[in-house]
Amino acid sequence: MLPEAVHQQTHSPSLAHHFDNLEQQREAATLGMWAFLVTEILFFGGLFTVYMIYRSMYPQAFAAASHELVIWAGTTNTAVLITSSLTMALAVHAAQTGNRRLLVTLLIVTIALGCVFLGIKAFEYYTEWVEHHVPGLNYAFEPEYYRNAQIFFSLYFVMTGLHALHMIIGIGIMLFMLWWSIRGVITTEYYNPIEIAGLYWHFVDIVWIFLFPLLYLIGRHAHV
Amino acid sequence: MSEHIVPTRSYYVIYLVLMVCTALTVWVAYLDLGPLNTVAALAIAIFKAVLVILFFMHVKYSSRLTWAVIAGGVFWFLILLTIIGDYLTRAWQPYGSV
Repeated sequence: MLPEAVHQQTHSPSLAHHFDNLEQQREAATLGMWAFLVTEILFFGGLFTVYMIYRSMYPQAFAAASHELVIWAGTTNTAVLITSSLTMALAVHAAQTGNRRLLVTLLIVTIALGCVFLGIKAFEYYTEWVEHHVPGLNYAFEPEYYRNAQIFFSLYFVMTGLHALHMIIGIGIMLFMLWWSIRGVITTEYYNPIEIAGLYWHFVDIVWIFLFPLLYLIGRHAHV
Repeated sequence: MSEHIVPTRSYYVIYLVLMVCTALTVWVAYLDLGPLNTVAALAIAIFKAVLVILFFMHVKYSSRLTWAVIAGGVFWFLILLTIIGDYLTRAWQPYGSV
């Protein structure tokens, strides 16, 4: 063991021993996060595949069911999430440039936008409950599409539900990042946690970018 | 991946494009384009996703190893999607029914 004073001089305190330098450490963190995100692509990918198969089987039922969703809520939530991705990207920038005050502010704004998204989503779920669109619990639909519209709503609740779960986890991670930023753990040398937490946040945004048109926007022109 | 600090201006530009694309995808959905409605919706979604990945997620400035991992993931997802071929080539499902 080196004496602590000598140890401090041999390398930056932000650098873990098993890395050659800070750049390698950053690269490993990014790569590791992407390896995880690839499993997430395939996790949601399975659901998108199920959606594709059933929608090609029952296009009219899917269009009729999709038309029942609250389009203004879905559109607003898309804008909310994209805005939160912007504040997240700016937060990473603030971490890189060592602006701790701005970093803390941007993380709080990102968390707040995530909560707004979940609030609107909760309002939608409530609306769908009131309108009897919840398969298995509270369901009614026009007789022609009764059976197959259930498949759409089941997929809708599973896909948006899992997405919302990811949002909740994301908000938890951001609260943790906020704590670290306030305590000064995050520095211009060691901002990897903010960077890879940001990767997760943007990924969840991308899932929504696909969910929005596939769930809310099909068959809009047919029923106006 | 060397440390690359993207100027904030490019984040704002990407944000603006993403918002315009969101408005565009809603507008297009109300036009009757037949099967092209789905094509347009997916094209816009893929375009938005690529922008987020390249700029917000800094992949444009990431190492080639990171690129390879992402490309591998997307490639396996595309293989997963080809399972539709199994459904389309069998006679036991009435396609395009209600």
